[in-house]
This record gives sequence, C-alpha cells and structure tokens, in this order.
Amino acid sequence: MKKGGRKFSALVVDDDQVIRNFEEKLLARFELETKVVKNGEEALKLFREGYTFDVVVMDMEMPVKNGPEWYGGTCRPLVQATRALRAMGVDCMIVGVTSRGDGPEKAELEAAGLNCCWEKPLNDKIVRTILDELAKKSS
Amino acid sequence: MEIVGQLQKQFVDFSTSLNHEGFLDEQYLQLQKLQDESNPDFVCEVVSLFFDDSEKLLNNLATALQQQVVDFKQVDAHVHQFKGSSSSIGAQRVKNMCVAFRNFCEEKNLDGCLRCLQQLKHEYFLVKNKLETLFRLERQIVEAGGTVPVIG
Repeated sequence: MKKGGRKFSALVVDDDQVIRNFEEKLLARFELETKVVKNGEEALKLFREGYTFDVVVMDMEMPVKNGPEWYGGTCRPLVQATRALRAMGVDCMIVGVTSRGDGPEKAELEAAGLNCCWEKPLNDKIVRTILDELAKKSS
Repeated sequence: MEIVGQLQKQFVDFSTSLNHEGFLDEQYLQLQKLQDESNPDFVCEVVSLFFDDSEKLLNNLATALQQQVVDFKQVDAHVHQFKGSSSSIGAQRVKNMCVAFRNFCEEKNLDGCLRCLQQLKHEYFLVKNKLETLFRLERQIVEAGGTVPVIG
C-alpha cells in the first residue's frame, strides 16, 4: 500500500536474527520499506540520526540476559524502549509482538505508549491490520 | 502437461498431509500463500536462515547441557529462541517440543532437558527433511513449466 506514491516504512526491533529476517521479508512482501535492528538502543539511535518510520514493530520478550527474571521473559527492555521513543517525540505507530497473550506487562506497555500488541508470530493478518491503520491515519 | 499435473498433485497431497500431521501449521500455509511469480523464493528464503540458525542452536543446547554445572537460564534462553523462530515459519511440532523443554528448564530437570533435546533434534530434522522435499517438488514443477499450486 502506498500513500501518494511513497511506500510505508517499518522498523523491526527483535533480538533474534531468524525473526528479524522473517519479519523483514514479510513486511517487504506487503511493500513496506523495512529496516531491522537488534534492540531498543539501536532503534533510538536511528531516530536520533533523523530516520523516521510509519510503524515500529517490537518483540515484547527481548530478554535481559543477566537479569533474574529470565524464565518466561520480561518486557522491561521494551517498556523502557517505548517510553524512550515517546519521550524523544516519536509519535508513529508502535506495535508489540508477544507470545504471552494478555499479561500484566501489557498494561505497563500501553501506559508507556505502545499502540497495541499482537500474539507472536507476525503474520499477514497483523500486517494487513497495521496497513489499514496507517492508511486511515494518512487519509 | 501430464508431468506437471502429477507433480502438482504430489505437491498438494504432501503439503496437506504435513498440515494434517501437525508438522506445519497455519503460519506456514499463510507464508506459502504469499509466494507468487514475482516472489518465487519467498518461503525458501525465510526458511533457509531458520535451518542455519537451528543447527547452531541445537549444538549450543548440547554444549550447555554437557557442562559440569548446567546453567538452566542459558539453556532456557536458547530454547526460547528456538521456539520463536520455529513458530515464525510454522514448524508446529518443533515449537511444541520447545514449550515442553522450557518447563524442564524451569524445574532444573536435567534428565527431562536431555530427553527433550533428543526429541527436539528428531522433530527438527524431520520437518527439515519434509520442507526440503516440498521445495524440491516446487522446483520440479517450475522446471517442468508449471506453476506451484496455492494450498487452502
């Protein structure tokens, strides 16, 4: 989907290479120009460098590898990343992708400024929903 | 084009059976639907990296479980990764094995983990084999001048 000839752009933030590759290819298949980064810090760096995106797609279970909460994963890095992006003035759509459905972390993420979250893995239905939202925003 | 017809039927039957037997789930079917003439290698490209990465993960898991003092958090981190990547390409039985494996990690049950690793390897190589057969059939169909049928 294009708006006035320009393609929508997406930033994928995920710590796993296979997932980054998969999500990049899936989004590109729907004609989104996609960049991929490994974590929140790299995402912030891109925004500081002046990059803009129509949507940021973030994994909600990026682990704090040395943290005590590893079993079951933690969303703390993502709460921080979302908050930091919003604090920078990033107002594009930010969506989370999780394998943990509805949990207490979701409320925290939404409070931090996440627009919505979806059950992992990313699929064509989710991408189409995102595109519909983006089309509405730009019309 | 009798050959093409036969190959196409083989492809459809094989794909359907893989879905029915739980090897590949809805996620894989959706990925297949995104493949077309302008994106003929879509699925193969997505899956290739999964193959490379998985074999490294299985080696890492074996190493981690062989340590004098097993770091179950590290083992769990590897399994978590495998669960994510396998679910992204629709490898359902591999993903389900990862779920069971994580429970043993949380219990710090070494025997359980070792058994799961063996089962995980088994499921992974099974689905890898089946996917390679599927890709081979696709290539044969295209080489015979046909188009790969869309399933479902």
